[in-house]
Amino acid sequence: MEIKKRKKDISGTISLGVVRLMFFSLAFILILLLGKIFIEGIGVISLEFLLDSPKDNMTAGGIGPAIFGTVAVTLLMILFTVPLGVFSAIYLNEYAKDTFFTRIIRTSINNLAGVPSIVFGLFGLGFFILFIGKNLDEVLQTGLLFGQPALLWASATLAVLVLPIVIVSTLEALNSVPKSHRDASYGLGATKWQTIRNVVLPQARPGILTGTILAISRGAGETAPILFLGAAFFLPNLPIADLCIGDYCIPMINPTEQFMYLAYHIFIMATQSANPTKTLPLQYGSTLVLIALTFLLNITAIIFRYRFRKILGRL
Amino acid sequence: MEEKDFYTKAPNSKYAKKIKKFTRVKESAIKFFFAINGTMALIFIILIFIFLFKEGLRALDHIGLLDFLYLDRTNPSGGIERVFQWYPTSEEPRYSLIPLLIGTFLTAFPATLISTLLGVGAGIYLSEVANPKIKEFLKPMIELFAGIPTVVLGFIMLVIGASFFNDLLNPANRLNAFVAAIGLSFVIVPIIASLTEDALHSIPNELRMASYGLGATKWQTISKVILPAAFSGVSASIILGFGRAIGETMIVLMCAGNAANLTSNIFLSVRTMTATIAAEMGEVSQGSDHYYSLFFIGIVLFTITFILNLIAEIIINKMRKKNTF
Repeated sequence: MEIKKRKKDISGTISLGVVRLMFFSLAFILILLLGKIFIEGIGVISLEFLLDSPKDNMTAGGIGPAIFGTVAVTLLMILFTVPLGVFSAIYLNEYAKDTFFTRIIRTSINNLAGVPSIVFGLFGLGFFILFIGKNLDEVLQTGLLFGQPALLWASATLAVLVLPIVIVSTLEALNSVPKSHRDASYGLGATKWQTIRNVVLPQARPGILTGTILAISRGAGETAPILFLGAAFFLPNLPIADLCIGDYCIPMINPTEQFMYLAYHIFIMATQSANPTKTLPLQYGSTLVLIALTFLLNITAIIFRYRFRKILGRL
Repeated sequence: MEEKDFYTKAPNSKYAKKIKKFTRVKESAIKFFFAINGTMALIFIILIFIFLFKEGLRALDHIGLLDFLYLDRTNPSGGIERVFQWYPTSEEPRYSLIPLLIGTFLTAFPATLISTLLGVGAGIYLSEVANPKIKEFLKPMIELFAGIPTVVLGFIMLVIGASFFNDLLNPANRLNAFVAAIGLSFVIVPIIASLTEDALHSIPNELRMASYGLGATKWQTISKVILPAAFSGVSASIILGFGRAIGETMIVLMCAGNAANLTSNIFLSVRTMTATIAAEMGEVSQGSDHYYSLFFIGIVLFTITFILNLIAEIIINKMRKKNTF
């Protein structure tokens, strides 16, 4: 019997080709741009560049304080956001039933993720600085200490911004712990909290870590919310203060001071520096550092999640 | 086994009762603690709402609602002239949001258009065309590109893109809405691509098989069966992308030129709502009309993106219900 060959679909083949071509040209352009930044930026990167302060009215020197500020802010941010996000996810996944109320909570998580970052800046100014900060000053009689832009409020605002990221990845991790493990724990006489603490959370740990890393990478890259929450053009000193207990002093991050921020530094250098052409290599260098930082964090998170899913797939 | 059954079957001694009571109190205290944390996302949304409106609505004390649209000004010859301008710091402050709204849409709309074309294409490629091994590698790559900080994209467009398009198209302003729109597409393409991929991926395989069984080619299956079936998911991804484009700050701040032009020419400088807040909030004196009007812009921005997100969310939820076979 003769089998009739399927008619060749020429326009379809062309369309598929266009889709394929589009995808790869897009990837090509991106790689080209990133390659350009790499080539221009790698020249200025050295240990001095990473550690030094900007010099000569920001036309020379390094980005040390900006890196320090970024680390300090994201560190504080993580302290705020991870417990909150993890507890929130535990409630939603372990305790809450599917009611109208929990559906509203889930919707607001998605909506929080969609709020423009500049609006978070306004929120930080209106809520953290002018409401909480000013009232703290009044209660504690500290003059003008908390009621002004500072590292603390920038990290608190960023913590709210990245909260959905932590909640969503923790939810995913908790959700992937098999129900049979929970049942086994209950069967041994464990209470709900004991089950969560000893059975569910240890297994969800890689997922929580993934969320934390993604949150750090997002927070370190944000510029708009911190524009008026204490990010500074240039600071001669690091935001450090000695914390003394008796005679013993250790240097600590001072959360009430202003700070330099890598992402903000790039913005300032590119748009408001005294001599944008002269500092162009420095700008490329700072950008390369920020890209490398976020890529490194994101790749770690991706590998973590990939492994985590593989392990769970085996269960 | 339910916890309740466990307790009822436990020995009934006095000591056991005491332990039971303590455990029960402890467990409910823990539950209460988690419940408070659980509502945090909702609480923050409400707080954002309250504090934006608290500051923003005070702008209406001195500035009328109509002043945010236009100002009727008497010009030297005595006639009345209607101006749509954003000049909050001049002696005769003008607070019209029209040029800012136009700026926002003149950047966000072309960006969404470009990104829809490229993003949906990329999503189709990932879900239907690419072989699984390549897909395994490409999906994280897209995620990686989605994680590039926007200030970096702004920088790229400022130092590389702007000059490139300046030589290519010779626009009236070097920094213009078009350059910003291209920069924005770098942010939105990954969003639309990955959400489109999700939507296409959730279409059950039986549909594809049935289409092939009827003799359809791959492209016919994609364009006549898969895409229509995933229509709601794809449109939700486009809406979300549009919302992101409206709310994006750094790229438009760096590349759109920041002149509040009242124009429909994409090659002129424009000023968006986000860029206005970002550029002016640092210098404004607290408690002035200008300060409150920036918060008012925040309200407008928040409301627009909130509604867009809500629409997308409703569409996605409906799609999920429909696709659970």
